[in-house]
Amino acid sequence: MTVLAHAGSGGDPGLLAFVPVALLAGAYLLAVSRDRRGWRPGRTAAWLAGCAALALAVGPLAGAPGDPRAHMAQHLLLGMVAPLGLALGAPVTLLLRVVPPVRRPVGRLLRARPLHLLAHPVSAALLTTGGLALVLLTPLYATAERHPALHHGIHLHYLAAGYLFAWSVAGPDPAPRRPGLAVRAGALLGAAAGHAVLAKYLYAHAATLPPGLPDRDVHALQDAARLMWYGGDVAELLLATALFATWYARNRPRGVDRLFHGDPPGQRSCQLSFDEGLTRW
Amino acid sequence: MAGSAWRRSVLAAGVIGAAVMAAVDEIVFHQLLGWHHFYDRSTLSVGLLADGLLHAAELLALVGGFFWFADLRRRGALLPRAAWGGFLLGAGAFQLFDGVVDHKVLRLHQIRYGVHLLPYDVVWNSSGAVLLLAGAAVVWRARRRPRPGGRP
Repeated sequence: MTVLAHAGSGGDPGLLAFVPVALLAGAYLLAVSRDRRGWRPGRTAAWLAGCAALALAVGPLAGAPGDPRAHMAQHLLLGMVAPLGLALGAPVTLLLRVVPPVRRPVGRLLRARPLHLLAHPVSAALLTTGGLALVLLTPLYATAERHPALHHGIHLHYLAAGYLFAWSVAGPDPAPRRPGLAVRAGALLGAAAGHAVLAKYLYAHAATLPPGLPDRDVHALQDAARLMWYGGDVAELLLATALFATWYARNRPRGVDRLFHGDPPGQRSCQLSFDEGLTRW
Repeated sequence: MAGSAWRRSVLAAGVIGAAVMAAVDEIVFHQLLGWHHFYDRSTLSVGLLADGLLHAAELLALVGGFFWFADLRRRGALLPRAAWGGFLLGAGAFQLFDGVVDHKVLRLHQIRYGVHLLPYDVVWNSSGAVLLLAGAAVVWRARRRPRPGGRP
């Protein structure tokens, strides 16, 4: 995974960067082909779309180092678009179905207290939007321009934190003690608002932020900030749609079959209307 | 039950109305006409915070309102008249809020630059007030005369 984005100067960087993406896509397709119960094609499509966004970020966009617009597009794809696609692909559910021996360790991991804390929508929001603020408002951005290892590390953080956030907000993989619709929507609101404020703040202070850049193209930085604002909108719309659509599917009035988590039909939780459902999932 | 359906229909459609008005503002005045500026230097820093929060809330309201509306429909709890009134009410409320708070109090940006602003502000805010009043009237009438054939 260290070759993710900006593969080093040796060999053919363009092709090498695609290897982890191809592995992700290939492993998933292999697992789907092994699943005898029939895997929903929508999940496969979401996972492959996530892989395509990853490929775009590590391939063509990595070819313009030093251009803040390309960096911003990479951040949007790695931290927001790709993670949502990957999370909607429900890889953990697929793994549990296809490789039964991993059930116990995965179950133990999902019950672990530190994971509950880490995977809470609010902490995931802080990790993703807060991490971005940390990079863009401090000399970290300028330092990463000079140190490829730090650069890869930051990109991996974007991807991991983005995945954590998408999973904790919209599922569909199981998560014990996942809070209700109001907390999830609130975390999404906070993350999206933080992202938007950061974008406009960077636009307003393009002459000084991110600090420590050797040669500064203010117009390119302003374009990048604008891209951040509108790209954030697209990501928020997608994530909000995933969140509310999952809620909509889970709250069928007559409690037909439950597609997720297998709650017994006829429970009160499937009769909740929208405003009642805000406090319960 | 009719009262609750009325309230939910007004609220769900109101959320959509406000969000649609915000989207119209963004698409027409920011993007197509280019009158509004993305940022102008007189913006207060508290304005930047409020702007980001409001913008994120609008998008969430658009999606959430849509699914709430769809949920009311599939439950047969949607009163169309109340919903139309709520939509107008939400749209007018947003327009007025945008004209007064965003443009004047927080000074995020003005309606147009290099022109005499007063007529623009008057038209903007009075159109918001007209929508708001029309919405209130429709909502009020819908309360007195529930949907024909609907639940009592």
